[in-house]
Amino acid sequence: MTGLKLTWRKFSRDRLAFTGSLIILSLVFTAVLAGVLAPYPEDVYSIHPGERLQPPSSRHFFGTDNMGRDIFSRLLFGARITLIISIIAVGASMLIGVPLGLLAGYYENWFSEAIMRVADVFLSIPQIILAIFLAQSLGPSIHSVILALSVTYWPWFTRIVFAETRTLKKASFIEATEALGASRIRTMLLHVLPNVSSSIIVRSSIGMGFTILTAAALGFLGAGAQPPTPEWGVTIAESRQFLPDAWWYATFPGLAIFVVVMGFNMLGDGLRDILDPRIRRGFE
Amino acid sequence: MDGSGNNVLLNVNRLTVHFHTDRGLVRALDHADLRVSRGEVVGLIGESGSGKSTLARSVLRILPFSAEIAEGEISLSGEDLLAMKESDLNNRVRGRGITLIPQDPFTSLNPVYSIGTQMEDIVRWKGSAGIGEGPAGAKVIEILERVQIPSPRDQIGKYPHQLSGGQRQRILIAMALLPGPALVIADEPTTALDVTVEAQILQLMKSLVLGKGISVLFITHDLGVASQICHRIVVMYAGQDMEEAPVDVLFSNPRHPYTKELLESLPNAEGTIRDIPGEVPNLIQPPPGCRFHPRCSRANNLCALVLPEKKTVAEGHRVRCLYPLEA
Repeated sequence: MTGLKLTWRKFSRDRLAFTGSLIILSLVFTAVLAGVLAPYPEDVYSIHPGERLQPPSSRHFFGTDNMGRDIFSRLLFGARITLIISIIAVGASMLIGVPLGLLAGYYENWFSEAIMRVADVFLSIPQIILAIFLAQSLGPSIHSVILALSVTYWPWFTRIVFAETRTLKKASFIEATEALGASRIRTMLLHVLPNVSSSIIVRSSIGMGFTILTAAALGFLGAGAQPPTPEWGVTIAESRQFLPDAWWYATFPGLAIFVVVMGFNMLGDGLRDILDPRIRRGFE
Repeated sequence: MDGSGNNVLLNVNRLTVHFHTDRGLVRALDHADLRVSRGEVVGLIGESGSGKSTLARSVLRILPFSAEIAEGEISLSGEDLLAMKESDLNNRVRGRGITLIPQDPFTSLNPVYSIGTQMEDIVRWKGSAGIGEGPAGAKVIEILERVQIPSPRDQIGKYPHQLSGGQRQRILIAMALLPGPALVIADEPTTALDVTVEAQILQLMKSLVLGKGISVLFITHDLGVASQICHRIVVMYAGQDMEEAPVDVLFSNPRHPYTKELLESLPNAEGTIRDIPGEVPNLIQPPPGCRFHPRCSRANNLCALVLPEKKTVAEGHRVRCLYPLEA
């Protein structure tokens, strides 16, 4: 059996990873087709004061907000924003963090030390605090959120790639590669990186969940996306003054965040179980 | 073949290597000499920490970043390897002139690529002078047949973890022979294997190397293994090369006190095992002069003062000792 087939079989049997990926697939589906799926796509921005704060009904599945906008429709468009923010932020963190981790792990000199100490400084401050500070000083907007999240999340990738590269460096096959005359770049890209990729994938999945949560928190605190953007954190922030009477206003965006973050975490945990080579040996 | 004359392929002279560590400077090699002639199999024998692997890695210049070649010369076919640029080393020496059979077959193949992928990569990248013309895939099959992998066509799609240790070691041997090297460095190639598999691998290496004009530097701590495949043996102790001699001479007529003690410490038919009194020295503060002198019954004050030059005591038999044993 080839490695790919084996991985697929284990994946489809892994309930955690499977459920997680179903959730994420529906999120992607929703985000892409928000314009088609939403019953009132124009409600993202247009207001209907006459229909304000209506409870969930067959007309408005998740009720309406204080401006009479359909919450369900706004959530669907919010999925798009959430996904874009987290994909760009995690992607950028990966692009910064992975090469730095490879270099720091492969070389053992002042340069590695410098990278890792900087990463440690970032890791020692809670990401949310750093992100609030950054987003706030850049001026609250979606762009600031993406930038703030990228700048604060890369050390996670660096840390993981660094640790695995240091371990791999001692592996005999890396030495064998060097004995064959592989340049350092070749060794890092063709031999170290593929062996680290499963950890990067797992970290990305967990990072997506984490990033979505932080982005929502920034939106909630006013340091991120701004009204009238249908971002989920912003929506929850707007709903505060109408609690507890308009319970649906806060509940549904909250549920959306909860389910999506859980989906990414489940997928991440499941992938870790599947991709861990130590466990893979048991399935020969 | 005594390693002299124009037939010399690898020449290592007075090689001194230090490792910079947190605890201090580890003096791993101290003026070690080594010569390998064309077609010759030289055994490099020593305990753990005797510097044999450091010597081999110095030849390929794949020492860790913490290592420093403090003194000495290394040349391959008369070309100075220590002066060579990194890019030249990569293009002409590593994986071409010199290949390595690594120590541990279980961790020496990249787990994410199939056997066929890894071997075809070598064919395309390093050439296949060891095997002749043809498409890369066919060459891989042919070399796998030569190292006696059963039904190689079915094996090339497999990943390293799906193969046994013996099969993996055969594949590593095949990979080392593919580019048609002048010198193969075999770093304890059988240590990680079962005794029966070890015998098969040794047999295989003999059939592939002896009489084919390929030189081998065979690193091992096992005198029995070395005696089966090597023409000549170099005995190392604590970073110094103590004695070199043709295999039969070394076993029948050792002239260095350490070699004699080492041979006597082998388990014998009566089941008694002798050990060498004292301990392997700490290489951060090694004994001055001859590093074996604190444990040597023949040593006197002079032994602690100077590192003796290697003396030729017979044809191809050289000893680094002020007071060698009688013939």
